[in-house]
Amino acid sequence: MNSIRLICYIVIMIGVTNLLRILPVTLIRKQITNRFFISFLYYVPYVTLAVMTVPAIMETTTNQIIGLIALILGITAAWYKMSLFTVSAICCICVFILELI
Amino acid sequence: MIKNKILIEGIRDGLPIGAGYFAVAFSLGIIAAKADLSSWQGFISSFFTRASAGEYGVYCSIAAKAGVVEIILITLIANVRYLLMGAALTQKLDPKMPLWKRVVAACCITDEVFGISIAFKDKYLKMSYPLGATLVAGTMWAAGTAFGITAGNILPNNIVTALNVALYGMFIAVIIPPCRNDSNLLYVVIISFIVSYSCSLILPVSSGTRTIILTIIISAIAAYIKPVRKDE
Repeated sequence: MNSIRLICYIVIMIGVTNLLRILPVTLIRKQITNRFFISFLYYVPYVTLAVMTVPAIMETTTNQIIGLIALILGITAAWYKMSLFTVSAICCICVFILELI
Repeated sequence: MIKNKILIEGIRDGLPIGAGYFAVAFSLGIIAAKADLSSWQGFISSFFTRASAGEYGVYCSIAAKAGVVEIILITLIANVRYLLMGAALTQKLDPKMPLWKRVVAACCITDEVFGISIAFKDKYLKMSYPLGATLVAGTMWAAGTAFGITAGNILPNNIVTALNVALYGMFIAVIIPPCRNDSNLLYVVIISFIVSYSCSLILPVSSGTRTIILTIIISAIAAYIKPVRKDE
């Protein structure tokens, strides 16, 4: 990867991300009324994050089972509304300990 | 004087957010290093993007030598929630607020800064509040990324492996709590986990492409079968 290409990709990422943030407060004045579209936009973030988490969390650990245990512990902690930092920390500590065994 | 007070309130509320960001961004930095970002490139790109999933997706795609179309699509898909948050934020802005202030406030949106901005004590949000929070939390997010890029190579392997999952912990902390009150969402998340794992075994495509395809298909099916209620 040459550095000019890399910088282009970073600029694209910054541009597209902030465009999504700015669009609603500038251009989109009307409420979106299409029910399918509203529902689609509602589900998208959750599906994306779920797909990005599995199987990646199991691929970072030396053994897939370790990643799976971290995932289950993380889900349990999040279910009981522990903070973002706590959930992350639990996953990290779980992997650290299990990797030692 | 009043303006400064709100900026300081923003900075104060941004501090605990920033502490969490630093730790998670560290694990993002480890991934950014795989995409050959230098620490200052990581700092700049993280400071101006401030999007965990979006950055993660893009760095993975760059590391997998993806093309420009995949980079644009993955950024759009991973960050489409900011579009929704932006739309919600407009309800909290004074209709007389100048355009440049609206743009600055909108650019500050992340999951957490959006959360505290919507909960802002007054009827209308002042631009300096999310700006103050972002100055602190965004800087710590960027510093964490830069630090992760540098230290990822120095730290022992088992610590790096452990820190690697911090980012996934953050994703889990975002998607799971709302599932308690919405069983449809819970099913969608569980199905996403299973389908994604299965597809990783049988589909010979990059993780970025898989994310794009599965997000569109699963979300569209979910929206068709279980549309959200009108009053939501």
